[in-house]
Amino acid sequence: MSPAMLATSITIPDLITFIVAGAFVLGGAIGVVTSRNSVHAALSLVLTLFGVAVLFVAQHADFLAAVQVIVYAGAIVVLFLFVIMFLGVDRQEDIESEPLRGQRPLALVLIAIALGSLIALFVNANWVTGARSATGSTAGGGHTNVYLLGKSVFTTYLFAFEATAALLVIAVVGAVVLARRPSGGLLDEPDAEAESDEEPAPEAGSDAVSADDELEPDGDPATRQEVPR
Amino acid sequence: MSIPGSWYLVLAAVLFSIGAIGLLVRRNVLVMFMCIELMLNAANLTFVTFSRVLHDIGGQAAVFFVLVVAAAEVVIGLGIVVAIFRRRTNTTADDLHSLKG
Repeated sequence: MSPAMLATSITIPDLITFIVAGAFVLGGAIGVVTSRNSVHAALSLVLTLFGVAVLFVAQHADFLAAVQVIVYAGAIVVLFLFVIMFLGVDRQEDIESEPLRGQRPLALVLIAIALGSLIALFVNANWVTGARSATGSTAGGGHTNVYLLGKSVFTTYLFAFEATAALLVIAVVGAVVLARRPSGGLLDEPDAEAESDEEPAPEAGSDAVSADDELEPDGDPATRQEVPR
Repeated sequence: MSIPGSWYLVLAAVLFSIGAIGLLVRRNVLVMFMCIELMLNAANLTFVTFSRVLHDIGGQAAVFFVLVVAAAEVVIGLGIVVAIFRRRTNTTADDLHSLKG
């Protein structure tokens, strides 16, 4: 059955849902790529994630839509915002300058080729082929989506589920190790050493404290730019 | 009859392409990370679409595990970003040239 045959019997609410959610998804993605402020990029990412959650609901993946909102929009984006605030929110990227000449046109051309060949591959393969599962239906049969997904995760994919537990523990330990405060000042701040030479020598034992003070990178007026409100 | 799976697949492919373009073009490490999240979401959308069309719950289970791995990846990745860039003045990937010969 071809997509054209399927497309003749689309109901209007489904169509509107798909178009609106798809516009959210693509608009948010373009916002992530083009916004020069990191906070705006993170908020555009929230838009995309909510759009994907709506598309999950439209495809009867109710549990995954809830998890998408809770984990992605609730935890991951907040973590992004924490790091943006921690590293300095008023840093803006100069997206006009192009350090590698011709990189952007080349990237656009390569991705356009990749996208075109991917869609051509889909069309060639009749979009979705394969044996339809008789037992593991996503909904129906008197069972909800959460029941079916839970049964699948805790029976067929039980070992993978246990492995994710180990993965999360490793991630927590790694985050704790990485988040320890190192000693030493800024690596690419040329003024730090000059200032310490000119100043009268501070009392002994304050090296660590002064290094911590220099962690705030906003002292250099050249790198500080006002955020347009 | 709901939306055919091909529409979702095209949408996911376009979303993946936008994420890949951002990953190649942008210099800010945090924005590059967000573009990786976009690509992961495109893959998730593809999984769910195949799950619906083929009536197989395994696709949704795969999305479940992708979510877990994405959460762990973001935690570790942002930990590395913080560990590297809190001693520097800007967060562009071009500054990581310490190993240049």
